[in-house]
Amino acid sequence: MKKEMTGEKSAAMKAQQRKNFIAKYGSLIALVIMVIIISLVKPRFVSFINLRNMFRLASINGLLAVGMTFVCLTGGIDLSVGAVMGCAGMYSAYFAQESMNQPAIVAVLVGVAMGLVIGTFNGVCVAYLKVPAFVGTLGSMSIAKSLTYLLTDAKPIPKLSESFKYIGGGMIGGVLPVPIIIFAVILAVCFLLLYKTRYGRYVFAVGGNANAARVSGINIKKIIATVYILSGVLAALAGVITSARVTSGVTNTGEGYETDAIAMVVIGGTSLAGGKGRLWGTVVGIMLMVCLSSGLDMLGVGAYYQMMVKGFVVIMAVMLDSLSSD
Amino acid sequence: MSLLLEMRGIQKSFYGNEVLHAVNFSLEAGSVHALMGENGAGKSTLMNILVGIHKRDGGLVEIEGQTVEIDSPAAAQKMGIAMIHQELSSVVEMSVAENIFLGREPVKHGLIDYRQMYKQTEELLETLHITLNPKTKMGRLRVADQQLVEIAKAVSQDARILIMDEPTSSITDREVANLYTIIRNLKKRGTGIVYISHKMDEVYTITDKITILRDGESIATWNTKEATNDMVVKAMVGRELTEQYPKRESNIGEPILELRGLTKQGEFEDVSFTLHCGEILGLVGLVGAGRTETMQSLFGLARAEAGEIYIKGEKVELKKPADAINHGIAYVTEDRKGEGLVLPMSIAHNTTLPSMKELSNKVFIKTAEEKSRTDQILSELRVKMANSKLAVKNLSGGNQQKVVLAKWMLKEPDIIIFDEPTRGIDVGAKAEIYKLMNEFVAKGKAIIMISSEMPEAMGMSDRILVLSNHKVSGELKRDEFSQNSIMTMAMQYM
Repeated sequence: MKKEMTGEKSAAMKAQQRKNFIAKYGSLIALVIMVIIISLVKPRFVSFINLRNMFRLASINGLLAVGMTFVCLTGGIDLSVGAVMGCAGMYSAYFAQESMNQPAIVAVLVGVAMGLVIGTFNGVCVAYLKVPAFVGTLGSMSIAKSLTYLLTDAKPIPKLSESFKYIGGGMIGGVLPVPIIIFAVILAVCFLLLYKTRYGRYVFAVGGNANAARVSGINIKKIIATVYILSGVLAALAGVITSARVTSGVTNTGEGYETDAIAMVVIGGTSLAGGKGRLWGTVVGIMLMVCLSSGLDMLGVGAYYQMMVKGFVVIMAVMLDSLSSD
Repeated sequence: MSLLLEMRGIQKSFYGNEVLHAVNFSLEAGSVHALMGENGAGKSTLMNILVGIHKRDGGLVEIEGQTVEIDSPAAAQKMGIAMIHQELSSVVEMSVAENIFLGREPVKHGLIDYRQMYKQTEELLETLHITLNPKTKMGRLRVADQQLVEIAKAVSQDARILIMDEPTSSITDREVANLYTIIRNLKKRGTGIVYISHKMDEVYTITDKITILRDGESIATWNTKEATNDMVVKAMVGRELTEQYPKRESNIGEPILELRGLTKQGEFEDVSFTLHCGEILGLVGLVGAGRTETMQSLFGLARAEAGEIYIKGEKVELKKPADAINHGIAYVTEDRKGEGLVLPMSIAHNTTLPSMKELSNKVFIKTAEEKSRTDQILSELRVKMANSKLAVKNLSGGNQQKVVLAKWMLKEPDIIIFDEPTRGIDVGAKAEIYKLMNEFVAKGKAIIMISSEMPEAMGMSDRILVLSNHKVSGELKRDEFSQNSIMTMAMQYM
């Protein structure tokens, strides 16, 4: 009898551990398996050039997803990131035109400033004016798009200065793309911010229970407002890099990127309800989505089918997470 | 009386931790059976097995002599088992009738037959002697009435076994009397009722039998008539609690806090008092008298319209909780889960939440210091846990309350406001909380305690301030305490 009981006990424990393991590492395992399978079929997938391209793509998408992680941890959402990216891309390109004769830093700062302004607008709306995040950022998405089109009447901006183009297309030492370096630095800073500073702790607390956070003396409005500012600035930076990379300002830059960013965050195990999540999970989410599109491209799967695959992947990831967390 | 339900040798483990070891429990038709035990004793787990929320790992469940498998809440409902939860789960935007018939609406020509629904609801409420309008929106009812609607709903589903989880935790005395009448009605109909409660007087008034659980085992079952208070408490905590309110030498010193004419119309009016070092000041009054509101404004959670606050003789402006905290005030709120803790966060991180500034240098958290301070305070307060990295939601109520306390103690405040410090906490943890409160004032600090439990207020306070209908109606020193005089003062301005 005694023996039987302990046997049952360890079986139940193992089942629970297995569930926890899947919840925590499911996406990572899926990523590894996917990389192995694709590279077996198409060895070119793991070639240096392709990996570099994937990482470069990931570093642009990743900026949005990292900002989105902070927003989602507070229980919010930022639908404006794609539009902010487009807007910042256009405005920085405008100042980066050869004819403007401005140093690249001016163009970058103008772009980032657009993100700062729209992000602050979002933050004030959501935190202080009590507009639900979904609605507030939906509104600013439209506003940002309008600003983007108004700048040049929707015409593209060609002929950007060489120094500006370096930000998107440059290689350090001729091998390492600048966008990857920028992303790596931002990611490291965000890791420290989220896990090693009290600001990060407060982000988790506000998302987990805003009332308890308030009673603990935390200025919850300030915390909520700042995550939108962070998200806006990072999205803007992604826009600047994109303009520099494609060597022109295009109005439809960033379109639909908000859904990808949200997908990356939830694949990484962050709860949209707030308070629960992890930044390294988002990194896995970013890589999973980028590898998926690159892999499917190589396997010759058409773009229209790819959307369907991505849709199922997102749903499956969240399903695994919620099935194993109860 | 016939045996309605028998649970034998029920076992259940979570995360490899066995929380129920071969528990036995039986219920007779037409009787009320109290299920008592400390938080974490296994009451909820046992009942959740009965209503199909958890699956048992071992043991047998029999209903009227038939072995049954209850593998989902729907199966439980089919077998006539219903539970009235502590936290009610009605749809507040729907009417009483719509809530009762949710998922089983009477249908005519493919549409909901509202006339039929209201008629049936009216009849149902009448047989239970509940006077409510079936068309009233659920959200507009008081908690007590919402609870009655849930009972009616259970009855309408032909529930033969009704589980009530602390049904009186948020209702007034008159509503309790009404609830008793309904319970007696249900008994006459042959319903078996499992009554989970911490309150002895209720258990003696309404139940026929008492079963005590402790640490996942059924310790004893008695007829209520034969049980005494001492027997029950001893069985619950496994030892005799000689002193429920530990004595202490009061050493009252200088004034530390003074409120002058604090006013917010309709909530509290012209509230003035002085709190001294080394003192526990009890704040007593009926529900709605304005006790919590006054304390919320003292803590900066709401603005008063008029009045002044002095701390150590200096006038202060407390506009937000951070101001109050910086002036050495801490607030253990009434609603532990709603305002006290960030449930998905770890025990350790909850503990340090208000102290992050002290535990950080200019940029980063001082991780080593955070860990050592947390470990120290949590062990000082004897928080029972496997690991401080676990989410605080996994702890029992008493241990959660200790984490709330730990979080404020770490901040080293001069004044702690306790709002119903032992609500929903078992006897053992209660005694520990009282001890911690005494230790705190012994260090020359001060406590304001809101309490609705008269024995607690009288047992713990050095002085009691009574609020009645938003105004201070009197003040009593320890040697003047009596239930009578307090109640008279509480009713004074009604």
